[in-house]
Amino acid sequence: MAAAVRSQVISLYRMMLTESKKFPSYNYRTYALRRVRDAFRANGALEDPRAVERLVVEGQQTLALIKRQVRHTHLNDLIWVTGDGRQREMGRINKYNYFAKNDDD
Amino acid sequence: MLSPGRTLSSRLLRPISRLHLRLGSDGRAASSLPKELIKRHELEIDELRPLYMDFQATTPMDPRVLDAMLPYQVNYYGNPHSKTHAFGWESESAMETARRQVADLIGADPREIIFTSGATESNNMAIKGVARFYKTKKRHVITTQTEHKCVLDSCRILASEGFSITYLPVQANGIVDLELLEASIRPDTSLLSVMTINNEIGVKQPMKEIGQICRSKGVFLHTDAAQAVGKIPINVTDMKVDLMSISGHKIYGPKGVGALYVRRRPRVRLEPLQSGGGQERGLRSGTVPTPLAVGLGAACSIAQQEMEYDHQRVSMLANRLVQKITSELPDVIMNGDAEQRYAGCVNLSFAYVEGESLLMALKDVALSSGSACTSASLEPSYVLRAIGTDEDLAHSSIRFGIGRFTTEAEVDYTAEKCITQVSRLREMSPLWEMVQEGIDLKSIKWTQH
Repeated sequence: MAAAVRSQVISLYRMMLTESKKFPSYNYRTYALRRVRDAFRANGALEDPRAVERLVVEGQQTLALIKRQVRHTHLNDLIWVTGDGRQREMGRINKYNYFAKNDDD
Repeated sequence: MLSPGRTLSSRLLRPISRLHLRLGSDGRAASSLPKELIKRHELEIDELRPLYMDFQATTPMDPRVLDAMLPYQVNYYGNPHSKTHAFGWESESAMETARRQVADLIGADPREIIFTSGATESNNMAIKGVARFYKTKKRHVITTQTEHKCVLDSCRILASEGFSITYLPVQANGIVDLELLEASIRPDTSLLSVMTINNEIGVKQPMKEIGQICRSKGVFLHTDAAQAVGKIPINVTDMKVDLMSISGHKIYGPKGVGALYVRRRPRVRLEPLQSGGGQERGLRSGTVPTPLAVGLGAACSIAQQEMEYDHQRVSMLANRLVQKITSELPDVIMNGDAEQRYAGCVNLSFAYVEGESLLMALKDVALSSGSACTSASLEPSYVLRAIGTDEDLAHSSIRFGIGRFTTEAEVDYTAEKCITQVSRLREMSPLWEMVQEGIDLKSIKWTQH
């Protein structure tokens, strides 16, 4: 495919992976990373420019969805600001499961 | 790589404040002495959550489903049955879109989908509704012994109303015998109800053949497809199914919504359970919850897209789990047919191990037990009893549920934990010692002291 489209697709891929890493939930985070990677890999050989464009648009919508959902799940964290201006966590609603927080798949 | 963090022992040393009595499956509290059961305690603030391996009980909502639902919870809150303003119109169009998405997944017409509050309500509507509508001429209903509790209980209610019910036995592999099924159909049979995929042992029934038999004999076929929809390809025309129950929270959708497919050609008549303003073709009155219906529709359309990918992945993970466990542990039995099954529901019985102690040892993985030994009555699961499992094996069975969000790391951790805990429990078991020495347990004469 054309160089401009290719660089657009690569930057979309990188942005989607960056946003997916921000999910606090282990299962959502690993699923998003895995699914994005597999979807881009499966469609890597596509040549038809219209199909590629349709997929790029879908990818941009999915990127917006990931950003919204990451923000939404972060809204459930309870942060309490103490008198001296430091943030202290009062409690987590999104507790981590047995795998450590940054241990991605 | 994996850091489970807090060990089990430190958690057990924490003082336990109250003993929670688990109620029996029929809701009545234990009448006999209270047993020390798996203690229900809320997780503390910094305690880590268990891994989720119970996808047959319920599934987490897919983020895409939640994204589709939120606008209808916040902004587009109109009643879809209001015909006079934009709030109603936009809500109604969302509901109709959702209906079409559900219909597309099962190969039906949108007019044949009724939104309900879940698969339990759909099952009740289908069984009681059809039986009561045709009650003047037809008084017989057939079902199987491995059905979900709501189906069995609906049949029990019908029996008290004077219907005669046949509960078909299943073979040792969990599949219903087709000749026995055909032989039990009488001229006054109105309905046959068989679930497509069993929620406890994952067995897939031969729905096409059953549909063929029912169509040839003029009997309506109802199937509880709550565990099957979105996981295996389903087409109501191929399966010759007249009624199908769908559950939202089993396919990564919201809890509190489901659907019932009611065939229009040839028409299936139902006596409605819920009376009111005549919504949903008069079969289920009441305001359709637009956000939940939109969530169900989104879940169905996502499931249709992802079915191939999820199926491959779930099969691979299930094979990985079973291979790992059976290669290290002897005397592990998989309940249910090995081929005719949905891969994501793995029910294993570990011989010579006590079920409750195994579940307690596997506390950092959220699993379900095949037996209801956490209830006060110590009854093994009726499904395992129906497939002829021995009492002791039924008590030591565990159901592993694998789904869209399960990772290889979770499966590996579960398998390793299972292997170590089962080995540890077997080391402590005198029965295991005797088996190792070559004694046949069935030949022992147990004496009283």
